[in-house]
Amino acid sequence: MPEPMKPARWLADYGMILVLVLLCAFFSAVTYSEQSPTGEAAAGQVVEAVLKAVPNGARVLVVASDQPGDAVFAARVERDLKAAGAQVLASVTGEPRNAREALQKIQAAGGSLNAVAATRVAGGWRVFTDLASDFPSLGSPRMITPASYRWPHFLKSENLLNIANQIAVIAIVAIGMTLVIITGGIDLSVGSLIALSAVLAAGFIRDRAGGVSASTGGMVLGCLLAILVCGAVGGFSGLMITRFAIPPFIVTLAMMLVGSGLAYILAQGQSIYQIPDSFVWLGRGADLFGLPNAVVLLLVLYALAQVLMSRMKLGRYLYAVGGNAEAARLSGVPVRRVLLFAYVASGLLAGLGGVIMASQLKSGSPTYGNMYELYVIAAVVVGGTSLSGGEGRMLGTLTGAFTIAVIQNGMNLTNVESYTQKVVLGLVILGAVLLDKLRQGRWAR
Amino acid sequence: MSLPSPSVPLSSTNPPLLALTGIVKSFPGVRALRGVDLQLNAGEVLAVLGENGAGKSTLMKIIGGAHAADAGTLAIDGQQQRFQSPQEARAAGVAVIYQEFNLVPALTAVENIFLGQEETTGGFLARSQEREQVSALFQRMGVEVDLDAPCRRLSTAQQQLVEIAKALIHKARILVMDEPTAALTSHEVEKLFILMRELRRQGMGILYISHRLEEVFTIADRVTILRDGGNVSDCPIHAITRDQMIERMVGRPLDQEFPSRHVKRGGPRLEASGLRRGKAVQGVSFQVHQGEILALTGLVGAGRTETVRLLFGADARDAGEIRLDGQVLDIRSPRDAIEAGIGLLTEDRKLQGLVLRHPIRENFGLPNLRRWCRRGFVQHRRERAELDRYIAALRIRLSNPEERVGNLSGGNQQKVVLAKWLARDCEVLIFDEPTRGIDVGAKYEIYLLMNELVAAGKSILMISSELPEVLGMADRILVLHEGRITGEITDVAHATQEQILQLAHA
Repeated sequence: MPEPMKPARWLADYGMILVLVLLCAFFSAVTYSEQSPTGEAAAGQVVEAVLKAVPNGARVLVVASDQPGDAVFAARVERDLKAAGAQVLASVTGEPRNAREALQKIQAAGGSLNAVAATRVAGGWRVFTDLASDFPSLGSPRMITPASYRWPHFLKSENLLNIANQIAVIAIVAIGMTLVIITGGIDLSVGSLIALSAVLAAGFIRDRAGGVSASTGGMVLGCLLAILVCGAVGGFSGLMITRFAIPPFIVTLAMMLVGSGLAYILAQGQSIYQIPDSFVWLGRGADLFGLPNAVVLLLVLYALAQVLMSRMKLGRYLYAVGGNAEAARLSGVPVRRVLLFAYVASGLLAGLGGVIMASQLKSGSPTYGNMYELYVIAAVVVGGTSLSGGEGRMLGTLTGAFTIAVIQNGMNLTNVESYTQKVVLGLVILGAVLLDKLRQGRWAR
Repeated sequence: MSLPSPSVPLSSTNPPLLALTGIVKSFPGVRALRGVDLQLNAGEVLAVLGENGAGKSTLMKIIGGAHAADAGTLAIDGQQQRFQSPQEARAAGVAVIYQEFNLVPALTAVENIFLGQEETTGGFLARSQEREQVSALFQRMGVEVDLDAPCRRLSTAQQQLVEIAKALIHKARILVMDEPTAALTSHEVEKLFILMRELRRQGMGILYISHRLEEVFTIADRVTILRDGGNVSDCPIHAITRDQMIERMVGRPLDQEFPSRHVKRGGPRLEASGLRRGKAVQGVSFQVHQGEILALTGLVGAGRTETVRLLFGADARDAGEIRLDGQVLDIRSPRDAIEAGIGLLTEDRKLQGLVLRHPIRENFGLPNLRRWCRRGFVQHRRERAELDRYIAALRIRLSNPEERVGNLSGGNQQKVVLAKWLARDCEVLIFDEPTRGIDVGAKYEIYLLMNELVAAGKSILMISSELPEVLGMADRILVLHEGRITGEITDVAHATQEQILQLAHA
């Protein structure tokens, strides 16, 4: 826009970002606690400390527990130490028992030991507390573990990526829902379409593409097919709405039942899991700067949607149809085609959501997506889009989706049980919208 | 007849029924009222005149309790009031009838009249009692209204009567009416005036806002004229002439009401033959020539709007053919019509012409996006440049093209609608009541614009209920009655209003 935005106006437009930031600050504060580096970061620190303590020809034992990231730690420490000219006598990844065995072996071989490079957890094992008296012939090896630091658990990068991954499906489906709601409609069928799509994709791979040994091409074909079928269901809803003037609520309510029923029929009520391991690439892989692929896809789709709504003719038409369909029609806007587009897009994106979910869970089940239409609508509404149509923003929806994800994640971290989580989530959705209304009343006149 | 109203003795020592002094009201960026004084006596009809944007609507909303004044006082019977809500104003005896009625379309007249103040016996609605009261009231008002039909099925005039009845049932002593005659036929206007005179006789104070100056002379006792949020004149009706009124409203002498033009009529451009749709349009044929303004007139409900909606593809036609420059057009939607070079300024700009909640720029761009699009992307800079051109050319008064079009005054809204069609460069423009609810100054500008358009070789088809406008602007007049053309007047210079009315009543 050529007009510079006034700060108050900007707040009213994107006020939900403020709420999101406040939520993040809150959960950061309550999860502030002792942390120790893990994986590669921990390895680098430990190697540096070992080389500093014993500069030349150190004889080292590497110990790691069996927690996630620890195998990486052990491998990296071993590699780097060897590269620096140190001698790694043994590398243990497992339990205290394994560490004791390794120590005994080193003692039996009769050499000395300069240092034990361990993860934070492994370093605290009892086998290491009286090293000098238990294994006197080893000399007095130094215990070297990564230094601990204080940092909010919530703000750790693994957790943040986890949040993004958790919300990917809802956020992607919410793009389509935002389009539909901006035209003044609603799409209740998206939850069922997620299930239908997951079942279709998984079923195609199992029955037509060779099951566990399916090729990449077969898997892509199955996913495309599932997404297209969902787009067709959306198109059917759109036709019912535009040709026969049936209210969107009714049409999509019917399609919600139809879609769910079809998913159960196709899957015969079972989960479909005869899928190759590589199928999880989309849902669990992380190829670009360590960002999960689903999150990259989500960001790309939001960028496209934002451009569509703010820069393109079709976007303008979507707003106009929702703002005043009759005035739009009399201005030459092809109202029916615009509406049809919104519902097809919503169907396609719900189909994509189903594929991502199937990939995340490496199976397809008709129970997927249950109640998702409500979470998706909540994300859109929390994002500031009006249910009466004609107003709303894509980036608002993204904020709304993340707000919901952050609340859920934060409650998980603080051990709030799941029933209470529902109550809190419901109240927060209400509160967020209320806050938005109040702010608009004061500033957006 | 005798209507329920509190008897207020008329005497000169009493304070006026309603007195406003030094009312100031600002909105962000606009000073709507800058110290307005106004007095309304019991048993008087006061006309409040002014151009759009002069502050009439704001003043009315302050009297009705919808806005609170920033400064100044409002007194009823000499007692100062500070209305915090329309409810408080109503309780103090003020009833406001807005141009857009405050009726629930699905409820009947009786239900609407008693809405919020239902008569009950033991917690149950006393329906028959309510009905009797309303029926008696309508009888005393000398009018007939279907009491059982939902209000959406009543005519505009009848809906207005329901609003008036509501005011009377609530024992209002001050009645504020905004453009009450805008949507009425001349016959209905006469009936309304009879009713207003009777209310005045019984001591009610009526504040009457109108753009129709002829009517002001018929009904008002006194006029208050506003310009740019301040008083410019306050005098008895017999102390002012029509021309003086206009001059004071616009703040400059006005030479003539309709600008003259000298355009040579060309050959036929748009031809409609045998247009039909249900009962509303029963075989209408006509031609619009190049450089011509053709007026389509007749009573409300004669099928004028219905006819042009068929031309524009807004409704599907049962039969008929439309040609432009001899070529048959296959018009099935407004989109087709616009492609072919036909534009329609709808009669109801709020419901059909504009997306009120959206910015001025987006409304302006809506029919023109194709012109400013490259591969589906809107070129905002071009759009903005074009809009700026039209804002200057049409003198649209606004603070920012990104503000909601609904915030503009009626005249400026209409100019935005005009701008969007002018930018489209249509060959044939259909103007349905182009000056409805628009002040004199803006009207003149719109007439000038119409002249420029026909001078540039465009054709205009104009619908208007205002006969002076039809006679002043048209080259040719077609009169419709019950879906058929009942007459054509080619010698407009020597035609009279009576002649048109006769044809209109067929």
